[in-house]
Amino acid sequence: MSSLAIDVRGLRKSYGDKLVLDGIDLNVAEGTIFSLLGPNGAGKTTAVQILSTLIAADAGEIRVAGHDLHQNPEEVRAAIGVTGQFSAVDGLLTGRENLIMMADLHHVGRQVGRRRADELLEQFDLVEAGQKMAMTYSGGMKRRLDLAMTLVGSPRIIFLDEPTTGLDPRSRHNMWLLIRQLVADGVTVLLTTQYLDEADQLADQIAVLDHGRLVAQGTPEQLKRLVPGGHIRLRFTAPEEFALAAQVLPSAAQNEESLVLQVPSDGSVHTLRSLLARIDDASLEVDELTVHTPDLDDVFFAVTGQPTHDTTDEKVTSK
Amino acid sequence: MSTVSYPMADTATMLRRNLRHALRYPGLSLGALGMPVVMILLFGLVFGDTFSAGLGGANGGFDYIDFLTPGILLMSIASGTMSPAVAACMDMTEGIVARFRTMAIFRPAVLTGHVLGNVILTIVSLALVVGFALLIGFRPNASFGDWLLASGLLIALTVALTWFAIALGLTSKTPEGASNVVLPISLLLPFLSNTFIPLESMPSGIRWFAEYQPFTPIIDTLRHLLLGTPMDNGDGWVSLAWCLAIAVVGYFWSQKNYNKGTVA
Ligand SMILES: Nc1ncnc2c1ncn2[C@@H]1O[C@H](COP(=O)(O)OP(=O)(O)OP(=O)(O)O)[C@@H](O)[C@H]1O
Ligand SMILES: [Mg+2]
Repeated sequence: MSSLAIDVRGLRKSYGDKLVLDGIDLNVAEGTIFSLLGPNGAGKTTAVQILSTLIAADAGEIRVAGHDLHQNPEEVRAAIGVTGQFSAVDGLLTGRENLIMMADLHHVGRQVGRRRADELLEQFDLVEAGQKMAMTYSGGMKRRLDLAMTLVGSPRIIFLDEPTTGLDPRSRHNMWLLIRQLVADGVTVLLTTQYLDEADQLADQIAVLDHGRLVAQGTPEQLKRLVPGGHIRLRFTAPEEFALAAQVLPSAAQNEESLVLQVPSDGSVHTLRSLLARIDDASLEVDELTVHTPDLDDVFFAVTGQPTHDTTDEKVTSK
Repeated sequence: MSTVSYPMADTATMLRRNLRHALRYPGLSLGALGMPVVMILLFGLVFGDTFSAGLGGANGGFDYIDFLTPGILLMSIASGTMSPAVAACMDMTEGIVARFRTMAIFRPAVLTGHVLGNVILTIVSLALVVGFALLIGFRPNASFGDWLLASGLLIALTVALTWFAIALGLTSKTPEGASNVVLPISLLLPFLSNTFIPLESMPSGIRWFAEYQPFTPIIDTLRHLLLGTPMDNGDGWVSLAWCLAIAVVGYFWSQKNYNKGTVA
């Protein structure tokens, strides 16, 4: 069992009358990815700001990288890197100058600093943009520069507050690859996200935050088991077809009025293929097939009994 | 404690950052440089004769430009405090300072960078004012040592006022607000002093204020150093005491504002 990179007990924070974090406990093992999952206003950013020494907590015992955060904030700062939710680049400096400034603040020496800056520009696909002022960057470019700046000092613990919000699918995928690479090198990552699939893809442990309280905690598998949601929905036009299908697929939940069957499924291609095979074998006429994977909304519903918001989006894969 | 602090290196990094900003976004700095030059030309050339005649030799028999220049030097320092106050306030509204605050860097470096950047800019501004004053007839009568003392006093005042202005600027949530809260420093102090006319020719209320505010003894000291005019014995020490007091209050107050709400 590795030691804890982040160890939090009874973390509380209020802004005026508003209780934002209500006694949070977190344990993040070294070299793992921990995801704080929650909707808007849950307190994710506040938690990251406290753990990264930016704002003071009202109560709670916090150890980061083995140091008590209240007693030794400077030691904590030396061990961490933070990419906040909002851009933290110097808009009047170029991308390269921003990186060199970070290198200077880590006192790595002029030569090493410049080399490190150029490597990171290369790695983050910012070589051309590196000579331009950061305020002219697009949102995605700023985000990448932001993360590159965090990595200059090779921190052992990295906080990422919604690292992929606002990124296009390709950049989002690259960000995931990069986070995995960091952890493969032994870095500990605490990231926040609003997307269950992101937490699912990356995290070893997930904590679900709602209105300042942790409402569930566990591995992605454990969390998904809380969710009854995953199923394939089959809609029929003819009542005879519906009746026949109900016989062929006895595990399905039936809704006779709307001629809909819900077949439990983990959403994998394998189960989809075997279902399609059975539909083919029985020569069923299916009007519409949709795959429902559990999302944050389902997890929320499962753990709080309330949806995060009132939109329910369904992923239509075939018609 | 294993973290080593690098006060010099971190402050130098922040100073570089601010000088780059001044070059990239020169509007604010050029304004700060140009205003005092306009003042010395305006009052030295255009209004000078009128003021001088009105005073009827109360300026101690000196040319008005000689009387005027020390005060305009202080005015340059005062008006120059606006841009670091606004810049420091703007910094706080931006993510980059949040990033700095989560890093193990020398805490006072960010603000000290603003102060040093402004000291450099103000020295340029003071040199320009002296240059233009000499062009239009300023004839100081000072030894090298006098010049050195005068420069030291001017720089001490710049450091002190800049810290104080930054502290004021940080009390404001918006950069616009910051430029307003420093107005008392950048306008009131230079105008309600003996910059333009001697204390004796002021209405009593304003005179009372002018007599006890920091600029007046400093201007008297500068006139004494540069022109050899007589001054009260204590004025030099009073000037230094003012600089020290303003610097100390400004430094600690601005640090307090900078660290507000964070884990110190
Ligand atoms: N400086 C502040 N002053 C007052 N209230 C605040 C402050 N910062 C955050 N809050 C409140 O605390 C709550 C949690 O905010 P926080 O930013 O931590 O949420 P979040 O989970 O990061 O949300 P999002 O997904 O929108 O980023 C919100 O209700 C917010 O209004
Ligand atoms: Mg947030």
